[in-house]
Amino acid sequence: MSVEVITIILVLITFATYTGIGWWSRVRDTSNFYVAGQGVPTLANGAAIAADWMSAASFISMAGLVAFLGYDGTIYLMGWTGGYVLLALLLAPYLRKFGKFTVPDFIGDRFYSSSARAVAAVATIFISLTYISGQMRGVGIVFSRYLQVDIVIGVLIGMAIVGFFALLGGMKGVTWTQAIQYFVIIIAFLIPAFAISFQLTGNPIPQLALTSSDIIDRLGQIQVDLGMTEYMVPFTDLSMINVFMVTLALMAGTAGLPHVIVRFYTVKSVRAARWSAVWAIIFIGLLYLTAPAVGAFAKYNLIDTIADQPLEEVQNIEWVSKWETTGLLQLDDVNGDGVVNFTGGEDNEVFIDGDIIVLSTPEVANLAPFIIALVAAGGLAAALSTASGLLITMTSAVSHDIYYRIFNKEASESQRLRVGRITLLIALAIAAYVGINPPGFAGEVVALAFGLGAASLFPVILLGIFDKRMNKEGAIAGIVTGLGFTLIMIGAMLSQSILGTDEPILDSFFGINAQGVGVVGMVLNFVVSFIVSRMTPEPPKDIQELIENVRAPEIDE
Amino acid sequence: MNQTLNEKQKWYWKKNIKLIISLLVIWFLVGLGAGVLFAEPLSNIQFFNVSLAFWFAHQGSILVFILLILTYAVRMDKLDKQYKEMLKDGN
Repeated sequence: MSVEVITIILVLITFATYTGIGWWSRVRDTSNFYVAGQGVPTLANGAAIAADWMSAASFISMAGLVAFLGYDGTIYLMGWTGGYVLLALLLAPYLRKFGKFTVPDFIGDRFYSSSARAVAAVATIFISLTYISGQMRGVGIVFSRYLQVDIVIGVLIGMAIVGFFALLGGMKGVTWTQAIQYFVIIIAFLIPAFAISFQLTGNPIPQLALTSSDIIDRLGQIQVDLGMTEYMVPFTDLSMINVFMVTLALMAGTAGLPHVIVRFYTVKSVRAARWSAVWAIIFIGLLYLTAPAVGAFAKYNLIDTIADQPLEEVQNIEWVSKWETTGLLQLDDVNGDGVVNFTGGEDNEVFIDGDIIVLSTPEVANLAPFIIALVAAGGLAAALSTASGLLITMTSAVSHDIYYRIFNKEASESQRLRVGRITLLIALAIAAYVGINPPGFAGEVVALAFGLGAASLFPVILLGIFDKRMNKEGAIAGIVTGLGFTLIMIGAMLSQSILGTDEPILDSFFGINAQGVGVVGMVLNFVVSFIVSRMTPEPPKDIQELIENVRAPEIDE
Repeated sequence: MNQTLNEKQKWYWKKNIKLIISLLVIWFLVGLGAGVLFAEPLSNIQFFNVSLAFWFAHQGSILVFILLILTYAVRMDKLDKQYKEMLKDGN
């Protein structure tokens, strides 16, 4: 059987499973639709969090990003896992104790203000929307590369599947599908990792092989020989202050991601929230500990296969020609010597999109066709699981926070559910549109969504729990300052792609780049909300009681 | 809610805060400390076939993050139990 046929079979089997789960878990009330009736077991929730969290970016892009950044790739490794510590210790247990449906719910109630609720809802929608366009791009890449399907059709198929189980099952359907998708993702990631690790180092455990074999040394040596930067030396691609700031921005931003926070509302108790955090970080850690090894091994293998080889021979390799047609790999014999020159300088003739590192690993390492198909199914699972979580989050922000809590407080259960499903359909259509016509700056915006989350949602939730004196005035002033500052800075630094100027209006903020500037916004948010809250009246008695209650231990389980 | 219950809740909250702060200190020292701030000096220390800084940045920090979250869950379970026992004794 050819790779294509196996891939189609595997994708069909996984899609049929997801659809079946959607049908089995269909729901009739808002509690199930938004938070799965708060009855999800700890282990399943951990797997669902992991799948929800690990997007197409984690599965497809991250190992490649790390491989190209070398040491400095730690911004993604630490940024995306370290944020989880903040989430598990500082936010998750208290939000579960609070026990409503959404993140804007907490912000709106805690700061007794419809405008705070509306700002939080808009931030939620914005973050989720930028995120979902990245997922759809991932779906498109997998379909076009593995099944030679047009990207448009690929996106539409993906949206139809997600739409089916999300519409029927709401959060309940999404949760159970994500739990299954986690296992597809991790198996698809680990098997090629074992194989390439064994092939290159003789040690099948990639984490151990990374440390104990000489592959990093060899990779560093090859890179230096070819005129690229050292692999193991810190701060060759980014300055120390940027590595620090970007890592911190990704951490705080990760902790403030509404579609991940909302997962902690779905479990039975505060204790269950803490333990699902444990399971989730173990599940996530498994992939994040493997990714830097896969990235390094795959890069070594790739350079080794094509650098300084005759151009004609390289172009005859099957995977090279297939990736060339997608445009993600380009070979251009600039100096016409018939040899592939792969260097870090002007004479470089190889252009590689980092996204193909993971997807091409099985082929570069000559693994069996079944494994190639498995990676395709894993990439789809990663993209679809995150997309479905984002859809539910956007839907609840519109139908629960804005429609029900602000505009129509009298709405009945069935009205709310209907509005929820209609909103989901609209969100689905928008997501499909941005998936098919990604805005030119989509990639940048996704990374920056973290900066905006760090400067807005994270500080506000944190202060809402840990500072009893924090009031409406302080919180709103803080969000507006943090968000405003970060938006202006990002707009000025990326003005070439966002506003279309010839030169960036601003190079950096005292050496901090656009990805890391959210940390400054976050600090401003903390300072401004502290000062403003101390100059204005303290929050009403019933709000102070609400905070006491969120902090108090949960007695019955 | 009577006064003694509030006292106990305050004790519980204080214990919780103390635990969170000590875990976050480790989080900072291992992640942003060993991986970023002290990366240059730690680069000179060999750890198997890589430098210690590189190992922390690409492996060690993630392992520590997992342990921190696990520790928090275990210690909070213990605290919950102590709290419940205090409630029983008080009644």
